[in-house]
Amino acid sequence: MLDTLMLSRMQFAANISFHILFPTITIALGWFLVFFKTQFDRTAHPVWLRAYRFWVKIFALTFALGVVSGITMSFQFGTNWPGFMEKVGNIAGPLLGYEVLTAFFMEATFLGIMLFGMNKVPNRIHTLACYIVAIGTTLSAFWILSLNSWMQTPVGFEMRDGIAYPTDWFAIIFNPSFPYRFFHMLIASGLTASFVIAGVSAYRLLQGDVKAAPKLTLKVALTVAAILAPLQAVVGDFHGLNTLAHQPQKVAAMEGLWHTEKGAPLVLFAIPNEEAQQNDFAIEIPYGASLILTHKYDGELKGLNEFAGERPPVKPVFFGFRIMVGLGLLMIVISIGFAFRLYRRKSLYSWQLKTLVAMTFSGWIATLAGWYVTEIGRQPYLVSGLLRVDEAVTTIPSSNVALTFSMYLLLYGVLLVVYIRTLFFTAKKSVLVEEFGSEPNQLTTGAHYA
Amino acid sequence: MLNAEQLALLFGALTALAVFVYAVFDGYDLGVGMLISSKKSEDADTMIASIGPFWDANETWLVLAVGLVLIAFPVAHSEILQALYLPTSFMLIGLILRGVAFDFRAKAKSKRKALWDKVFKTGSYLTSFCQGYMLGSYVMGFESSIGALIFNLLSGFGVVAAYQFIGAAWLIMKAEGELQQQAIRWCQWALRICAIGVVLVSLVNPIVHPQILALWFELPMALVLLPLPIICFALMLLLDVSLPKLALKPQTGAWLPFAIAVCVFALCFFGLAYSFYPYIVPGKYTLIETLAAPESLNFLMFGVLFVVPTIVIYTAYSYRVFWGKVTPLSYY
Ligand code: HDD
Ligand code: HEM
Ligand code: HEM
Repeated sequence: MLDTLMLSRMQFAANISFHILFPTITIALGWFLVFFKTQFDRTAHPVWLRAYRFWVKIFALTFALGVVSGITMSFQFGTNWPGFMEKVGNIAGPLLGYEVLTAFFMEATFLGIMLFGMNKVPNRIHTLACYIVAIGTTLSAFWILSLNSWMQTPVGFEMRDGIAYPTDWFAIIFNPSFPYRFFHMLIASGLTASFVIAGVSAYRLLQGDVKAAPKLTLKVALTVAAILAPLQAVVGDFHGLNTLAHQPQKVAAMEGLWHTEKGAPLVLFAIPNEEAQQNDFAIEIPYGASLILTHKYDGELKGLNEFAGERPPVKPVFFGFRIMVGLGLLMIVISIGFAFRLYRRKSLYSWQLKTLVAMTFSGWIATLAGWYVTEIGRQPYLVSGLLRVDEAVTTIPSSNVALTFSMYLLLYGVLLVVYIRTLFFTAKKSVLVEEFGSEPNQLTTGAHYA
Repeated sequence: MLNAEQLALLFGALTALAVFVYAVFDGYDLGVGMLISSKKSEDADTMIASIGPFWDANETWLVLAVGLVLIAFPVAHSEILQALYLPTSFMLIGLILRGVAFDFRAKAKSKRKALWDKVFKTGSYLTSFCQGYMLGSYVMGFESSIGALIFNLLSGFGVVAAYQFIGAAWLIMKAEGELQQQAIRWCQWALRICAIGVVLVSLVNPIVHPQILALWFELPMALVLLPLPIICFALMLLLDVSLPKLALKPQTGAWLPFAIAVCVFALCFFGLAYSFYPYIVPGKYTLIETLAAPESLNFLMFGVLFVVPTIVIYTAYSYRVFWGKVTPLSYY
């Protein structure tokens, strides 16, 4: 039987995993919308407005799912992790507080104007509202990632009677792993949104849409992806070096390195075996890991043997890392390759469009895999070196947690299916709509076209 | 830099403000959600359009209220939420259902729209009822006797009625024609049920907590306090009388029911808050006993002093943009 601790962890993981799916899209989609809208303001070409209008609907839907699952998150700390706030609440609290104050209100309020106010406010104000919403989502990522990074690499505090007290807020907010995590997450969001846009646009083209808007959004999305995907690999590499400096046991689990070694190999694939403390069926590149992480072919890497009792489970971290990096590499190949052809020939082969449809949610999978690496790699700690997970858990009876956990799972499953179907349904419906209607820029009439 | 007492007062007051603003704002949109009927789909469209631009920001006040308790009174936060674990979870499910239904209905195939309306309505009911249940349970000091359970359930229905009351009042202000007439009838009913609810809570509360009785009847505060319930009932009575008149002349004074609803909410809320102050977990912890570290709260305070007025300004701006009778919602 699962106990309250295990159930609370699973419930928290399910909730945050569900939540993050939607912010990852909205953080960057907000900026895509700003781009579409300002291009329209600048060129007055109706195709930009069409792009804006289609994607703002998807944005609204995604944002709504982000908000409701986010509200659930803000109750989780109290219901399931009382020990967390008791011990590090003095630090976590204000960071969460600033997120609510500076980001949530701003984005939620201006969202109303952005979505429904186009014919009620001057155009300039509407564009401003788009900017504010995009800034708001980015700010909330800033604060929450600052908190999460602090949990990974805590600094700027002192312990009195087992409770953390802040001593230096600047150090806390800009803690050592924060810049890496923040940029990595922003780029992850950019890639996720790009592939969603590219996938849905490709789907519309495959459905026989001959309008200019899907072609345009496909091109914009592929271009952005082709820039961000390689950048993400570079930032990810820096991120890994930072993790090596602060959480070497996590890197050892990511690399599947059981014993300290000079000139450690890069394990491409293996099945980590906890009992035997070794990798089965390993495919390796000799000296690879040392070369990447220490930039010397015979550099020494600490293995898991150095961290007895203080190290994470290997399998999920190991596989999560490979899924993320694998998808990252795939994204580089696809985005650059396809963008190249699109620029030269102005169109894609049908197999390329189909590949993009298949890749629509690849960003989600990579993001989730990345977060699992980060979070499971921190085990058994909740706050590195300070607070273990089992010290923070609630005392609620496990049957209650089991009940709520199964309700959440059911609900999330249904919502995910409905979300994805609605996305493609909206795309399909828009195929039938005539290009530009009778009047090209119906900014003031608010006529309904999809 | 403020000391612990001042911080407890400041953050206590802010939390109370956030809860109150939440009850009014999300109260009206939950109320509108509960009143939706899937039989008349144009009415449903108008009703949803009246809350469309606001619901998201309204719910943010809940996040702020919960967040403030979490940040400023962490021990109280876990104490209360663990005691209310199940109703909280059900409330969250209700909030999720209505939030997504709102957006899915706009994009669904037309035959599914009625289904999403039902989900929206159910979610609104579930959320409101759970909030009432939680309020009841809080008032009863998280007791688990049969009597407390009955009180919690009644309190659940009370909050459902209260939100329908303020929701109907909002619709009177925003709607026209037949829907507005319907809203006036809804408002009248909900108002009466609400009045009974208020009487009930005002009676039970001092019986359960004798110290509250003393608090209200102790001179000299009694001179200031006792008029409050009287004003509250006078306002309700005034509204009850003026609603039929409004039905005859719906163009003038359509804002009055909503204004009265806000005043009634404010008076009831003040009554409750005053009864419990300085406790945050009734009978167990006072505000200051659960206060987080002053250095953290002082850091947050700068943000609060600067940001909260800004929030008020742009919230007011957004209400001005969508001022007046509802127009159909379109994304442009
Ligand atoms: C990197 C991004 C990111 C991450 C890791 C998280 N969030 Fe989030 N969150 C956002 C980025 C975001 C966002 C993009 O800013 C959202 C999505 C929609 C929105 O309103 O803001 C949001 C919404 C959102 C809301 C609703 C806000 C509203 O009413 O407008 C809450 C309460 C939270 N989040 C709370 C959390 C908590 C407690 C988290 C972690 C434990 C968390 N979020 C992780
Ligand atoms: C940025 C804000 C985040 C914060 C503050 C945060 C905090 C936490 C906390 C408190 C726990 C519970 C204790 C534990 O089991 O370790 C946890 C676990 C977990 N989180 Fe996060 N998390 C964040 C983001 C994410 C995201 C975005 C994901 C996934 C998409 C994620 C995935 C997980 C998983 C899978 C666990 C369970 C690990 C385990 O128990 O083995 N986290 N995190
Ligand atoms: C070749 C490419 C990539 C490399 C080398 C890479 C590397 C890393 C590393 C080292 C971590 C740190 C784990 C930790 O210590 O906390 C990480 C985390 C993460 N990755 Fe990647 N990554 C790559 C691609 C991607 C892609 C394509 C996405 C999503 C679209 C993504 C999303 C994430 C997320 C969300 C996290 C966890 C949050 C964070 O710490 O920023 N990554 N990645």
